Amino acid sequence: MIETDIIIIGAGPVGLFTVFEAGLLKLRCHLIDALPQPGGQLTEIYPKKPIYDIPGFPDILAGDLIDNLMKQIEPFKPGFTLGERAETYEKLEDGRFKVTTIKGTEVVAPAIAIAGGLGSFEPRKPPISNLADYEDKGVEYMIREPELYRDKRVVIAGGGDSALDWTIFLADIAKEVVLVHRRTSFRGALDSVEKVAELAESGKISLVTNAQIVGLGGEGRLSEVVIKTKKEGEIRKETDHFVPLFGLTPKLGPIGDWGLEIVKNAIVVDNTLDYATNVPGIFAIGDVNTYPGKLKLILCGFHEATLMVQSAFKLVYPDKKASFKYTTVNGVNGF
Amino acid sequence: MDNTIKVTVIDREDKEHVLDAPTDMNMNMMELCKSYELPVEGTCGGMALCASCHIYVLSDHDLHEASDDEEDMLDQAFFVEDNSRLGCQIRLANKLDGLKVKLAPVGE
Repeated sequence: MIETDIIIIGAGPVGLFTVFEAGLLKLRCHLIDALPQPGGQLTEIYPKKPIYDIPGFPDILAGDLIDNLMKQIEPFKPGFTLGERAETYEKLEDGRFKVTTIKGTEVVAPAIAIAGGLGSFEPRKPPISNLADYEDKGVEYMIREPELYRDKRVVIAGGGDSALDWTIFLADIAKEVVLVHRRTSFRGALDSVEKVAELAESGKISLVTNAQIVGLGGEGRLSEVVIKTKKEGEIRKETDHFVPLFGLTPKLGPIGDWGLEIVKNAIVVDNTLDYATNVPGIFAIGDVNTYPGKLKLILCGFHEATLMVQSAFKLVYPDKKASFKYTTVNGVNGF
Repeated sequence: MDNTIKVTVIDREDKEHVLDAPTDMNMNMMELCKSYELPVEGTCGGMALCASCHIYVLSDHDLHEASDDEEDMLDQAFFVEDNSRLGCQIRLANKLDGLKVKLAPVGE
């Protein structure tokens, strides 16, 4: 069990900067994020995109902003639990919260700051009515163990790097690989695109373009997919596995069931003084919250984090008074 | 009125909305739909990175071709048809007067 002062759910820019502002008040933080790396959508989706509205930076790449934030909070030695989605919370007898992740990691603190952005990133699932019936019975949204596919028939759908890379990788392992894509050209690294074309040419894989998977079948376990092609209409294809690789999309996820007031996928906060939610001790900052006049901007999230830690301080040290100090006078004194 | 065009948006319940759309405010179709509170997410803010503003173009307006970024993102969308576009990549301009689009269905 990990003990800290503030549990921060979400290690995006706002979650990371919270560590800095909390640190100035001598509060320790532990961050939990479903992604394996810090940075949220900035590192997951657009690390190479420039951002133009961070004060003091005429432009900065999203990935560089995260690197800078990591450096900025380093003196405060935050804890990280990455690659684990926060699932549940409970209130302990001593008044503190215990948050448990999907892998069972437990973190305890007097305050929770939800800086979850748009939610946790999960595989985008194609709209096939009986898809859920075959999950882990032939349908997998990511390839964890390539050996599972040895000498099996696999249908992969998608047009990006992961679809291409796994097609290439499984070509040598699986009995049969079929790659289905909605158009004829592929995004993704040029050499992967060429390699897939070569494999298709030599007959090591089958490439079905201008097509999508529209149906699944099988008794208890997946045994066939229905491919809808522009030219030939619907084709049925026997297979052991179907792996749709359509990238990740954010979902509010389990936090939606935490008893917090939610409107349009955002957590309603009481006020714009400390961004408290309807559950005392739980705050929501950054893109995940909503209030009249809300703007979903990184810089607004930084401001929200700064005000929020003042109230968190009162929860951690009910008898002490937080003294506000300028870093220009005192510098940054870490732990 | 100068610099205002009419755009028709058909929502997911097949209801038609005729919208006044300014062409001098650097707006795109995603932003227009959001400003009229039509159910368009625009999750990524208009970077062609989420496909939550996926629309079908029904009128035969001469639109610029989809960029690689837009096509790449449509690869990750569902219910994609030949007339699929991302609303955020369609900038409102006077030549789009009378544009008619339909909101694409959303997945789960």
